[in-house]
Amino acid sequence: MTAARTHRSAEEIGRTERGPRALPALGTTKQVPLPDVVTETLPNGLTVLAAHRPGVPLVEAVLRIPAASPEPAADAAWTAGVEVLAETMLTGTAGRDRVGIDDDLAAVGAELGVGVDPEWLQAGGSALASGLPVVLDVLADVLTGATHPDDEVARERARLAERIAVARAQPRTVAREAVMRKRFGDHPIVGEMPTAEAVAAVTPERVRALHADVVVPGGARLVLVGDIDPETAIAEVARRLGGWAGDHPARRLSAPPPPRPGDLELVHRPGSVQSQLRLTAPGVARTDERYTAFQLANLVFGGYFSSRWMENIREDKGYTYGAHSGQEFVPGGAVLGLETDVASDVTAAALLETRYELGRMVAVPPTDAEVASARRYAVGSLLISLDSQSALAGTLSSLDAAGLGVEWLRDRPRRLEEVTTEQVAEAAAQLFAPSRFTGVVVGDADVIGPRLAALGGVSGP
Amino acid sequence: MSLTDVATPALELHRATLSNGLRVLVVPDPATPVVGVSVHVDVGFRSEPEGRTGFAHLFEHLMFQGSESLEKLEHFRQVQAAGGIFNGSTHQDYTDYFEVLPGAALERALFLEADRLRAPKLTAENLRNQVDVVKEEIRLNVHNRPYGGFPWILLPPVLYDTFPNAHNGYGDFSELEQASLDDAAAFFDTFYAPGNALVTVHGDLGETGVDGTLALVERHFGDIPARPVPERPSFAEPAPGSERRQSVTDAHAPLPALALGYRVPDPAADPDGYLAHAMLASVLTDGEAARLQRRLVHADGLVTDVSASNGLMGGPFDARDPDTFTITAVHPADVSADRVTAAVDEELDRLAEQGPGAAELERQSARWAAALHREDDRVMYRMLGLGARELLYGKAELALELPSRLAALTGDDVAAAAARLRSAGRAVLTVEPGSGASGAGA
Repeated sequence: MTAARTHRSAEEIGRTERGPRALPALGTTKQVPLPDVVTETLPNGLTVLAAHRPGVPLVEAVLRIPAASPEPAADAAWTAGVEVLAETMLTGTAGRDRVGIDDDLAAVGAELGVGVDPEWLQAGGSALASGLPVVLDVLADVLTGATHPDDEVARERARLAERIAVARAQPRTVAREAVMRKRFGDHPIVGEMPTAEAVAAVTPERVRALHADVVVPGGARLVLVGDIDPETAIAEVARRLGGWAGDHPARRLSAPPPPRPGDLELVHRPGSVQSQLRLTAPGVARTDERYTAFQLANLVFGGYFSSRWMENIREDKGYTYGAHSGQEFVPGGAVLGLETDVASDVTAAALLETRYELGRMVAVPPTDAEVASARRYAVGSLLISLDSQSALAGTLSSLDAAGLGVEWLRDRPRRLEEVTTEQVAEAAAQLFAPSRFTGVVVGDADVIGPRLAALGGVSGP
Repeated sequence: MSLTDVATPALELHRATLSNGLRVLVVPDPATPVVGVSVHVDVGFRSEPEGRTGFAHLFEHLMFQGSESLEKLEHFRQVQAAGGIFNGSTHQDYTDYFEVLPGAALERALFLEADRLRAPKLTAENLRNQVDVVKEEIRLNVHNRPYGGFPWILLPPVLYDTFPNAHNGYGDFSELEQASLDDAAAFFDTFYAPGNALVTVHGDLGETGVDGTLALVERHFGDIPARPVPERPSFAEPAPGSERRQSVTDAHAPLPALALGYRVPDPAADPDGYLAHAMLASVLTDGEAARLQRRLVHADGLVTDVSASNGLMGGPFDARDPDTFTITAVHPADVSADRVTAAVDEELDRLAEQGPGAAELERQSARWAAALHREDDRVMYRMLGLGARELLYGKAELALELPSRLAALTGDDVAAAAARLRSAGRAVLTVEPGSGASGAGA
């Protein structure tokens, strides 16, 4: 007697009587709907960009203040100081304490956060659109009158030290710090996360002095996007933030040197069961004439799921959950980065395949089909990526930081349509050449070191 | 008008059921140029067989590996070459698959989803490959990082006793490695019957319109033969009568952490009692002025960070009964877990006795309203929210009603939720830093 059959076999499941079917055709993709952006610079030097984007009854605000260190080299005390500055900015003014600030924001459904990196101090948030005056009022209060109270500085210092310890236990943080050093050496751009020691040495007086030095309107840019009237919103900003003053303009970060090609550096993280591969090379600025061709070449290499690198090391070999390549923009240009995390025992194999795929970008150029797919993805995902107020606000702000306006964005689909396969192949051969790269491998050196050393092109620790 | 009276977007919900049992939800939104298509299947990791932990999630990966009309890799390539994005995720009670594309690609999306729901290509080679990929996903998210799987994997086995509720939904490596092609075939035939799934279309329907969209759904999904729909077992189990404690060591964690787990009311039978716990979570930890932020982080300096949520994996109404309320905190080594839990208990007692203030509640409602609007400003999230609530509760409207239902809660409702947490048992999970952890600082 055999057991009753309760299900089909895998092979039976995979076919039907009718057989495979033809894929339906695509229609024509619509234009990216982009609103006009109204721009005005106030007498104090603050520039406001405002755009009407209804859909949900909200407004998004992104304020960027250039916040570079005056020192020519990375300075632990600076990084720690501005980090404490950001952490205590919303903890008190003459008229509001920490709870008062939060209560006023919450009453209009608002969130506001302050963050800092080597290039910018950013304050951003969202609120119900009708609450914009309240958000601007609180923002003005903290920009011009944050007191950084002694007890709040003390508490945030202690808390930061703990958070830094947690962050540095993350393999991705270890890898990020290592690859930034590898790229840029001692340039101030590497100072993304402070040390606990430097944080402990930050005094309230130092924070208040840094506030006066860094939180200035000259050169600051505020982007507002939402269910707002741009002219009214700008008038509201002028009314609330017009009195914000500084005795010097904000400091822009200098251009870092481009990463120099060389061996990958092996960074030991004891007990790791995975390794972080981070490869990098000089990138292409948005204003470079090769930018659009490069963008498509990057998609073909590793910029989306259907890329050569991802299909090789994930879908064929199973070495990784994800592999991604892409650009980060830096003053004066950009850097290209390749990122993947792989099991310790396949680290050398994954590096070998990565180098193979880089070489293939030179020797076996992107085909028409690969370029067509990348092009349609770039156009379509642009449409999707701008389909929310927060995404549009973020995009406008980062473009503005690079000196580009909404017209650049409006014109993207046309530029993507016009670039040719030959241009993409040329960009691929130039920019993905293996000889341009350097980088780091973070992992358990005792486990992965011998094979990487034998493979070559990897040094240390 | 109060700020929480902001109008909910007027969305029309159109429902249909095909003759094979497949449910369809079409929600047009002419304000966007993109369209989303999702398939929610009524199986999550609570339904996977014993001895096959992680199988529901592993199977989700296999559904991307080709189907009768599409070779391996073609699903990804066709979505992306149409300008779209895609993903899938496995939850306690459901698995979702989705793509969001320019409106012009609507029919292609329906074709791609229908083809794999009809005849996925399940092969031994793809199974082995995706077992490797899933293991890398687990190494990435759990084994190689501090607090990996905290608390969603670590807390349920302390709070729950039965396999469906207590086991690791990511799965044990040894069980993932034992998964066979026949397991996959049985899982598909049992749970991926059309009558056990829901298709949601949301966004730009262009000239196709609602009727045209329903016709396209019928054209692509209509000839998938009906199969018996599995009987869904109850996952109910008694709430713990007392406090249960467990400690785990985390080799990568630099600081201790703790998670408290509580049972919440059945979201289907008592939706407002359930939602009162969502509001309670906000009153406790959302914003600098929230009770536990003020007390634990700022006044007493007992913890580095604290958060609370109703629901183990997502927002409210993401699972059926039983569901979990959690409070998690990371704290310095010189603070004991007991000091933290004692302070939490005091704040819960205070809320149970006095309730939150009216203004406090109004502020949290305004934050919820804004946060939900913000999330719904993306076709992807709104579609997934509508689809999940339709599948789990037969009520996609829950997603749209959330801001007003939360705003209607009273101080007494929240006080009752706090009292409920204090009067029942709970789970206390502590995470101890391992000896191999790198020290603080440096």
